[in-house]
Amino acid sequence: MHVLLRTILFISLFGFHIPSQAELIIEITKGVETAVPIAIVPFGWQGEGGRSPLNVSAVIQADLNRSGLFKTLAERDMLTKPTLAEKVRYRNWQALGQEYLVIGKVNEVADKYQVQFQLFDVYKGEQIFGRRFTFSTNEFRRAAHHISDLVYEKLTGKKGVFSTRIAYVTKTTQPNKRKLFKLLVADADGYNPKIIDSSIQPLMSPSWSADGKKIAYVSFKNKRSAIKIQTLASGKRITVAAYKGLNQAPAFSPDGSRLALTLSKDGSPDIYILNLKNRMLLKLTQSFGIDTEPSWSPDGKSIVYTSNRGGKPQLYTVPSTGGRSTRLTFEGDYNARGSFSQDGKSITMVHANQGDYRIAVMDLATRTINVLTAGRDDESPSFSPNGDMVLYASRRGRKHMLSAVSVDGSTQQKLALDSGEDVRQPAWSP
Amino acid sequence: MRINKIVVAFSMSVAILSGCSSTEEKEGSLIEGAQNGVNDASASGISEGSQFSGDQFGGNGLGNDEFGVSNLGPEFRDPANPLSQQTIYFMYDSSQVQQDFIPVIAAHAQYLVSHPAQRIILGGHADERGSAEYNIALGEQRSKSVYRLMKVQGVSDNQLEVVSYGEEKPVADGMDEASWQQNRRVELLYQGQ
Repeated sequence: MHVLLRTILFISLFGFHIPSQAELIIEITKGVETAVPIAIVPFGWQGEGGRSPLNVSAVIQADLNRSGLFKTLAERDMLTKPTLAEKVRYRNWQALGQEYLVIGKVNEVADKYQVQFQLFDVYKGEQIFGRRFTFSTNEFRRAAHHISDLVYEKLTGKKGVFSTRIAYVTKTTQPNKRKLFKLLVADADGYNPKIIDSSIQPLMSPSWSADGKKIAYVSFKNKRSAIKIQTLASGKRITVAAYKGLNQAPAFSPDGSRLALTLSKDGSPDIYILNLKNRMLLKLTQSFGIDTEPSWSPDGKSIVYTSNRGGKPQLYTVPSTGGRSTRLTFEGDYNARGSFSQDGKSITMVHANQGDYRIAVMDLATRTINVLTAGRDDESPSFSPNGDMVLYASRRGRKHMLSAVSVDGSTQQKLALDSGEDVRQPAWSP
Repeated sequence: MRINKIVVAFSMSVAILSGCSSTEEKEGSLIEGAQNGVNDASASGISEGSQFSGDQFGGNGLGNDEFGVSNLGPEFRDPANPLSQQTIYFMYDSSQVQQDFIPVIAAHAQYLVSHPAQRIILGGHADERGSAEYNIALGEQRSKSVYRLMKVQGVSDNQLEVVSYGEEKPVADGMDEASWQQNRRVELLYQGQ
């Protein structure tokens, strides 16, 4: 099952148009055998022009297919294309082997749009769910993703993540042979890539605030590392740490008031908590070795981080207000870059045991480590907001790309730039 | 005794330099969220009309990171001279300087002592395996190992700058030990005189 999604779009900055920012192409590399057949009928349109500014049903189809859990019916195979419930003949859809059916229509109302849609159980012959909502011109894709989320949640019992975004860093070679690093944010389906920052020096470690409005990241502009926070809506950027030595691995506290980070201003790299209101720094660790990669538990009470104080990198936890560190991982000779799932019950990490570097998930109740990937150099894992998937950076040959794997191992996606250039350092938005 | 001296010198330099560290973009408060009206009922925040701040396309004025050896004496181009070696290599996940490179570092230290106006950047790097953030820290530990050896040999603190790029700037991009070996390094970059 291969679903290729492409977009070519223009980014508008200061009114300039920059042609074709390279887009991420998402490919399902492994889907479940038992993908559920569902028909998404082209939505009706009532408004200016002959058709809707966006093919809403196509976006929903792509979303559901990308999840690996659904298999949508091709439009050409549909016998009828109803847009109203009274026109639905369940028998037609049963004959096509469909289990579920989505119909809908979009009406232009003044300068807004109103969409209504309904989800049917084809075999029971009844409506499961229906909804109507209003959105504005620039929210077409978002409206479609919202419908995907609702359908997904109704049918799987889990929140959809189609309305989320991902941050990532690309590395491209310019005509003058110099590398150019770009930090971007795109929709979860790869559309609408927007440049957050770019530099000929590395950009690293994007980290979302819990409200999804800000990104903290590391810039090496002027050769020294510094931690910046950019507000996405305004593009406003501030520097919050530019100490001598390392300024690394920022992570927003769940309430957004503090930033965990790594500084080496006093010698070896240690974990600090920066209060963003008064700029006070709290030093959390002070080992002689490397302490880095802090990540908050969802309740904000503890920090998981990487330390090589025992000789090799392992994960430790420490209370976020200060206190004793406790070693968390004992299995394998390399456990690094831990980050919590939203429910706080598991941690994803880079794991190696005398061999390749893979993405693993640790169940905190049982302390069992489950290796999810089979790459040689997989890194930078982060959970999807619903905890179903882990997004990470991987390599195929010399090429750097992103991948996503479901926590149960049943589905896998590859996210690569159509230009073939390197993409790394992914972070899934809340 | 000697070690104490170094520690004192080092911590003094840290104090001085951290005093200088400043943030570039001071405008505005740290938390600027509240007044940013994204009047967005459904909140998940597709932001309208993103205006990016000025240094968006950065990369200006960074030419000075390309310090060649062109301004340096002919000894830097003589393969028989240890000064011609400007890269120190390391073992996997280690920041310990290997015996082979002690004379190389000593030669550079000697040169710096006799050229007190000369500055040098110690650029630490790691191979690409493992976590990028951990590798930045590892790269810094490597360049600090070289830094300490140079300090012991009398190089002045203001001649030395420690920088780490971790796995972000590999010189070889293969997925084999030969490439990884080349990437686990500290590069000695002389500033133009």
